[in-house]
Amino acid sequence: MAANPFSLEGKTVLVTGASSGIGRSTAVACSNMGATVVVNGRNEHKLAETLALMAPGSHVVVAGDLTGDVAALVAQMPKLDGIVHCAGIGHSKLCKQIEADDIDLVMGVNFKAPVLLQAELLKQRKVNKGASIVFVASLGYDYPNVANGVYCASKGAIVAYANCLKLELAQRLIRVNVISPGMVWTDLIVHGGMTEESLREDEQNSYLFHQYNQPEDIAYLAVYLLSDATVRMTGTNVHIAAGAKRL
Amino acid sequence: MNLEEFVNGFAEQFDDTDPEEIQAGTVFHELEEWSSLTGMAVIAFVKTAMGKKIEGKELKACVTVEDVYNLVCSK
Repeated sequence: MAANPFSLEGKTVLVTGASSGIGRSTAVACSNMGATVVVNGRNEHKLAETLALMAPGSHVVVAGDLTGDVAALVAQMPKLDGIVHCAGIGHSKLCKQIEADDIDLVMGVNFKAPVLLQAELLKQRKVNKGASIVFVASLGYDYPNVANGVYCASKGAIVAYANCLKLELAQRLIRVNVISPGMVWTDLIVHGGMTEESLREDEQNSYLFHQYNQPEDIAYLAVYLLSDATVRMTGTNVHIAAGAKRL
Repeated sequence: MNLEEFVNGFAEQFDDTDPEEIQAGTVFHELEEWSSLTGMAVIAFVKTAMGKKIEGKELKACVTVEDVYNLVCSK
C-alpha cells in the first residue's frame, strides 16, 4: 500500500463522461492524485479542454459514443485499476407524456451503455485484480421527483445492477460501489423547463446546507472509492447531497 | 463449431488464466480460477454460441475441456 492510502499514484483509471460535469471533475481530481487517466466522452474538443485542466501525465483520450461500437473503444484502452462510470443524461417529462423513444434514450445512455461497457471491459480482460468500479447514480433512485420517472428508473436500474456485479467480481477482489448524489451544479440539471432561478430557490429550501453539491464534491468521493483506503469496501451506495430533504 | 474454436471460447470465460494454459486435454476443475461462476459462464457460452443447453451436474461430470465439447455435441 502507498504511504498515502488516498493517493492514486500508479493506478490507471477510466472516467466516462469526462467531457463535462462530474466526469470532467473526476478526471481532473484523479490526475491531481497521481492517476493515469483514460478519458472518454463523445466530444473531442471538450475532452481536450478536460485534458488541459488535468495534472500532467500519460493520460489517454478515447473519444467515442458508448452507445456505439463499444468493443472498438475498449480495444484502445490499457488495463485498468479503476473505472468511474459518469456518462449520463438528464430527462424531464411527466409520466403521462412518456413515449417509447424517451425510455430508449434515457435507459440507453444511463443503463445499457455502462452495463455493456462493463461487460466489454471484462471480456477483453481490461480490469485488473483488486480494481475499483464506481457508478455515479443519483439519489433520484430513491427520492421521488416530479417529471423524472424515466431518469430515476434508469438510476435505480444501475444501482440494482451494481449490486449484482459486486457478487460476480468479489472473487478477484474487485470492488463495486455506487455514488448517489443529490442535485449537482452541472449542465445536466438545467433542462426540461428548469431555470437556474427555480433551482436556486430549491437549493435554499430543500437542502440543509442551502446549497447543491459541486461536481468536485462527487469527484473527491470517487477518488476515495478508487484509492487503497477502500480496498475492503464493496457494495455500498454512498449518498452525497448536502443534507437534501427532497430532490 | 470445431474443437479448437470451442477450446478458445472456453478459455475466454476465464478472467486471469492464460488462454495458453487451456487446451482440449486440460483438467479444468483443477485450474486455480475454476469456480461455480466460471461454470455458469461456460454454460451461458454454450447456450449463446452453440444454442445448446447443458446442466451444471453434466458439466461437473466432465473431466477435460474436450469432454465438455463432446457433451455439447451429443445434445
